[in-house]
Amino acid sequence: MDQLLVSLFDLAYGIATLALISAGLALVFGLMRVINLAHGEFIVLGGYATITALQWGVNIWLAMLVVAPLTVGLFGLLVERLVIRWLYGRTVDTLLATWGLSLAMAGGMSMVFGTTTTGVPNPLGPVQLGAYQVGGYGVFVVCVTAVLMSVMYLVLKRTRAGLVVRGAMQSAQVVAALGHSPQRIYTLTFVVGSMVSGLAGGVLAPLVGITPSSGGQFIAKAFITVISGGASVVAGTLAASTLLGTVSKFFELLATPVVGELALLVSAVILLRWLPQGITSRVFKGSA
Amino acid sequence: MQRTNTPRAVARWWHGFVATAAMMALAPLLFAEYTLTLLAIYALLALSLAFVWGLGGILCFGQAAFYGLGAYTYAVVSINMGGSTLAVIMGVLVAAVAALALGAMMFYGRIGDVYLGVITLVFTLLLFKYASSTAGSEYVIGQARLGGFNGIPGFPPMNVPGRPDVVVYGLGLYAVVAVAVLACWALLRWVGSTSFGRVLIGVRESELRSELCGYDVRLVKTVAFGLGGAVAGLAGVLFACWAEIVTPEVFSLGVSAEIIIWVLVGGLGGLWGPMLGAVLLGALKGWLGMQQWMDSGLVMGALLVAVVLFLPQGVMPALARLASAGRKEGGHER
Amino acid sequence: MNAEVVVRASGVVMKFGGVTAVDGASMYLRRGELRCLIGPNGAGKSTFFKCLSGQLAPTEGEILLQGGSIAGMNLHNVARLGVGVKTQVPSLMNGLTVRENIWLSANAVRQRSRAEVDARVDQVVEQIGLGAFLKRTAGALAHGQRQLVELGVVLARDPWLVLLDEPAGGLTSDEVHRMASLVRALTAQATVVVVEHDMNFVRDIAETVTAFHRGRILAEGSADAVLSNESVRDVYLGRAARAKP
Repeated sequence: MDQLLVSLFDLAYGIATLALISAGLALVFGLMRVINLAHGEFIVLGGYATITALQWGVNIWLAMLVVAPLTVGLFGLLVERLVIRWLYGRTVDTLLATWGLSLAMAGGMSMVFGTTTTGVPNPLGPVQLGAYQVGGYGVFVVCVTAVLMSVMYLVLKRTRAGLVVRGAMQSAQVVAALGHSPQRIYTLTFVVGSMVSGLAGGVLAPLVGITPSSGGQFIAKAFITVISGGASVVAGTLAASTLLGTVSKFFELLATPVVGELALLVSAVILLRWLPQGITSRVFKGSA
Repeated sequence: MQRTNTPRAVARWWHGFVATAAMMALAPLLFAEYTLTLLAIYALLALSLAFVWGLGGILCFGQAAFYGLGAYTYAVVSINMGGSTLAVIMGVLVAAVAALALGAMMFYGRIGDVYLGVITLVFTLLLFKYASSTAGSEYVIGQARLGGFNGIPGFPPMNVPGRPDVVVYGLGLYAVVAVAVLACWALLRWVGSTSFGRVLIGVRESELRSELCGYDVRLVKTVAFGLGGAVAGLAGVLFACWAEIVTPEVFSLGVSAEIIIWVLVGGLGGLWGPMLGAVLLGALKGWLGMQQWMDSGLVMGALLVAVVLFLPQGVMPALARLASAGRKEGGHER
Repeated sequence: MNAEVVVRASGVVMKFGGVTAVDGASMYLRRGELRCLIGPNGAGKSTFFKCLSGQLAPTEGEILLQGGSIAGMNLHNVARLGVGVKTQVPSLMNGLTVRENIWLSANAVRQRSRAEVDARVDQVVEQIGLGAFLKRTAGALAHGQRQLVELGVVLARDPWLVLLDEPAGGLTSDEVHRMASLVRALTAQATVVVVEHDMNFVRDIAETVTAFHRGRILAEGSADAVLSNESVRDVYLGRAARAKP
């Protein structure tokens, strides 16, 4: 029984991590149909922001929950103003430009932070789960993800701002006719998406060794999860994370972690072949 | 943009071809053939994507997959066969078959732009992850150990067909690569001028209208994708012969990104521009790699962003326009 | 005229999710006929048109072209049966020249030699009068010219069934007249179906007119009969259809 609980917890942790790293990308893609291929580097930047803040003596919780999102949000503002806003509607060009940005960011971070892995001390000890112990920090990650998803859902579904954003997703022109500036909405969305990415980086920093080239591992999974999820931001991310995370975990237990990763990729390809618009084009249609 | 097949345009192309061939023949007098061979391999790789993307309108995010498959297949087969001839053929074949299979899966599934990008990206990732995980003696194909992250070293280099003791290296290898580049360039240019090639360009311009004319768009795209994969596979084979080691790096996203940058900078739609783009950017990257103060990724990435924002038609075409504008200016009475 | 029936559409229903765009329409076309489909926006005429062309697969009902069902056929296979389609928004290859556009269409007919293809291109250019802008890029042309070019592209394949969706859309009155005479001349070689809004154009060309309303066929007959039909007028002007005595 305890072992089952631990396995379930493990699964929840895997799904949560996937959802966490995908959320920022999902928000931006869901609204603006912009795929920010530098998303992985945004996460890494959040990690470095946390590390730097720690080095300056900032409390670790503040560093990862406040400093990281704010830093990356600011950076996202710059990127949106300077690059993204010229490329709306040009899906392929956005992909290429953000890919260039990701290369540049990885290179830039190498120059500033060096290429060695920097660790962040794990601030939480193990937690007792029956006869086993699980990482307390893992619990924290799951909680953060749950809170994040809930907040995003509530804001999108229940607040006026969320309604405007969802309206703009359907038709920017109508929203403009109602007096809201689509440009402002896009900028805001991109900034919030960046903040979420920064948060992910900050929160994951104690668990994953942060190097300038770590971005690659994040973007691949996030990209796949977001596309598989479809247009609905929260529902899509959760649905895809759950599906892909479960498949991955299943194969990991069956064989090795590498097989689990491969299974995740293959199942995404199969999913997209049958549901090219993502899961939420069929299931949970129309939810936030 | 449309290639013209008028006699004048064809003649001009031949002039360009001969000039390029001459430049390639004379280059070893000025530069080390070791570097030139690698740059020529890059040009071949760029050519493959230039065809698939420029003529077919298919943006493949994972062209490195076929490049890597060519390289790995060469390594594995040459170890098992003791010689290179079959290995070269198998390398190209495996890459072509993989491209045909992946292409068929995507195009018969009517996958759109973005999702095509995802799937090609994922395919390369899959190969990268798999290749990186094959450390350990149980991962063998025949006598060749896949070697995981460290890859496969020490396989037989290219030899003259039928004479396993005569190795092709140095200037000889450069000559082989140069001939391959020129031959593939001529071949793809020819394909572009055939019925099939013109239909492919039509498909790029309007899939709907192509279908309404009765063309099987899925088949056309699959064949084009397969052809591009074959050329990329050949580049991979030649790379293996040059590097004498293949590692999972050949499947990396970094390589796929570079190929796209070469084609963009060189000018999407043409064949020669991307090849030149590959040579120049490859040389730039090599030069950047030799100094410490600027990270090459930073420069390449910034370049890509700049090209997309300001010169989406490509750097080469922009320069060409500048050059012809300058010539026109010069002809006027001031 | 009692030519054979070449197009037989029976009980065609087309549903998109909760919306029923075509709600049981049946139609028979004879060889060489020129049929106009009219109706206000949303009446289902364009949707029905797309079922005929193979662009949409009907939810229910059957469509027989020259006796053969096109159910489950891919769009390009339907086209190969000899169907030529001009879409509502001209679908041309914008980056290519007019000549190349027409060439690609003429080339699509199997067993045509290079020489035959080139000859056919010249024929079509002559017939429609496209000589003036052969070398220009399709994307650079004015809308009226694009409509003409698309007609040429359609004809280059010698289709026996020509489907034109709003051929007069966006044309000046001179261009409309020209288009009308071109379309009328087509009946010598093909059966023609035209979806149109421009009533002058319809009067100019039509032999038989079918009026759609809310996915069903409201009236069918000669142009005069249909256009003076009270129900049809009511539908266009938005009044509730009068109850028949």
